[in-house]
Amino acid sequence: MKVLVAVKRVVDYAVKVRVTPTGVDLNNVKMSMNPFCEIAVEESIRLKEKKLAKEVVAVSIGPKQAQETLRTALAMGADRGIHIETDLRLDQELQPLAVAKLLAKVVEAEKPDVVVLGKQSIDSDAAQTGGFLAGLLNYPQATFASKLDIKDKTATVTRETDAGVETIEASLPLVLTADLRLNQPRYATLPNIMKAKKKPIETKAIADLGVDITPRIQVVNVVDPPTRKAGITVPDVATLVDKLKNEASVI
Amino acid sequence: MFQTTLRTLSSRVTSRFASTLVVAEHNGESLTGGTLSAITAASKIGGDVTVLVAGSNSANVAQAAASVQGVKSVLHADAAQFDHSLAEEITSLVVTVQKASNFTHIVAPSSNISKNFLPRVGAALDVSPFTDVLAVVDENTFQRPMYAGNAIATVTSSDAVKLLTVRPTGFDKAATTGGAGAVSAAPAAPVAGLSRFVSEETSSSDRPDLTSARVVVSGGRGMKSGENFALLNTLADKLKGAVGASRAAVDAGFVPNELQVGQTGKVVAPELYIAVGISGAIQHLAGMKDSKTIVAINKDGEAPIFQVADYGLVEDLFNAVPELTEKI
Repeated sequence: MKVLVAVKRVVDYAVKVRVTPTGVDLNNVKMSMNPFCEIAVEESIRLKEKKLAKEVVAVSIGPKQAQETLRTALAMGADRGIHIETDLRLDQELQPLAVAKLLAKVVEAEKPDVVVLGKQSIDSDAAQTGGFLAGLLNYPQATFASKLDIKDKTATVTRETDAGVETIEASLPLVLTADLRLNQPRYATLPNIMKAKKKPIETKAIADLGVDITPRIQVVNVVDPPTRKAGITVPDVATLVDKLKNEASVI
Repeated sequence: MFQTTLRTLSSRVTSRFASTLVVAEHNGESLTGGTLSAITAASKIGGDVTVLVAGSNSANVAQAAASVQGVKSVLHADAAQFDHSLAEEITSLVVTVQKASNFTHIVAPSSNISKNFLPRVGAALDVSPFTDVLAVVDENTFQRPMYAGNAIATVTSSDAVKLLTVRPTGFDKAATTGGAGAVSAAPAAPVAGLSRFVSEETSSSDRPDLTSARVVVSGGRGMKSGENFALLNTLADKLKGAVGASRAAVDAGFVPNELQVGQTGKVVAPELYIAVGISGAIQHLAGMKDSKTIVAINKDGEAPIFQVADYGLVEDLFNAVPELTEKI
């Protein structure tokens, strides 16, 4: 069995972003692998460690630096990387539908049994790519996965729902998107980081894949969210209760 | 008479081409609060609003949907394949309905259900959905959050059909009476049969639903254990509120996942949000900073939660929460 895992380079989750009218300022900002993609990589590697998968291929679409993101996936345990190079901004210019169409081309070429993605990227917060990809390929989808079992070409997946969890079953090939609770991603060790430098990364040009990547959604402007007016610190519970009753009138 | 005609005419002019399908979520008895908010969003887009109700034994829900203010018609898909909202089956239905009726907009409340199926519909129709719409600017232009709510983008598209998930906290709930929609059967959709529902586990609670509660009491890592959440349950019960949690509390196993408030959990905007033992990471603030009044109880006076709190109390929660429960 072969696993394809898609990883995205995004602004690090701990960065407080600065908003400009055309979009978030990406200059000199720390970038990292999207946290949900780390979980996706971890799950892919676990399939290999369980001897269910023979090979894990990591794919990333992005600028030259996306290769660092791929190296991280390789250091965690992926076998090889595919880099689809673009200079478009990944938070607004290269959009999920285009990404899914590009990934579909990779899937057609690589023929993986399971495609693993994160449930959403923390920059555009769209939560769409996995669903698009499954739809384009007409594969079953298991989104927001918190548990995956594969046996005899059938996947049993526990999904996080609004009210709890549900379990679904689907045959492979399958598209899975990882939720937070799927696993705890490992840290890449120094020896593995060194080994990862020798693993192959194949670079592809978008133009060669024959996909229309024209943005469907145009960003008119980007603004800061409304700021809240400064609050006060109350000295004790009695004052708090008084304020809630008489000032805020919420209790 | 003349005025009525004029009004009808002008509303036709502003939204001459709009016709919106709202994909309903329901519990078998009634529409969810999120669906009522989605109907309000659909009304703001303009044009006729049609609600799609799917699932076996859902005739009551279809009737209830027909009486919601602003609903022109209801399509009822009474078949068992829709019962567990499998993405492949709901997509098959929505695509069939869309091909038959050519709606200009397809709207669903933001939820794990819609985030599961709507991109798949997008793939079938070759359309990019707008996720988590906060506001309708006009029928082609919407506002949505990015970067955990730290940037609000105004976005537009030239796609022939607009697909939207709308954030329920951004729109009032439509009144459940006053509508006079006509119910008819939805066209039969082919069974996709790609996945199968096996089982579900939901935590039942007598408390109000987290996303629509007037008061939410949330606990974080500072609660130290699941047992200590009893303190918050007592406070929530007294305030007739719901209990939420930060990711730290969920990851530590104090409470189940579905209570998580934040960028990757639920987004709430209650009248009163009480954050107890929560530091206030960016990802948590994304899920609650639109609450009307925010109270923070934390013994660390430097915690970022105090920057968004209207009322902050720097005190040990194990003293403050019981005292608060008693004094309210």
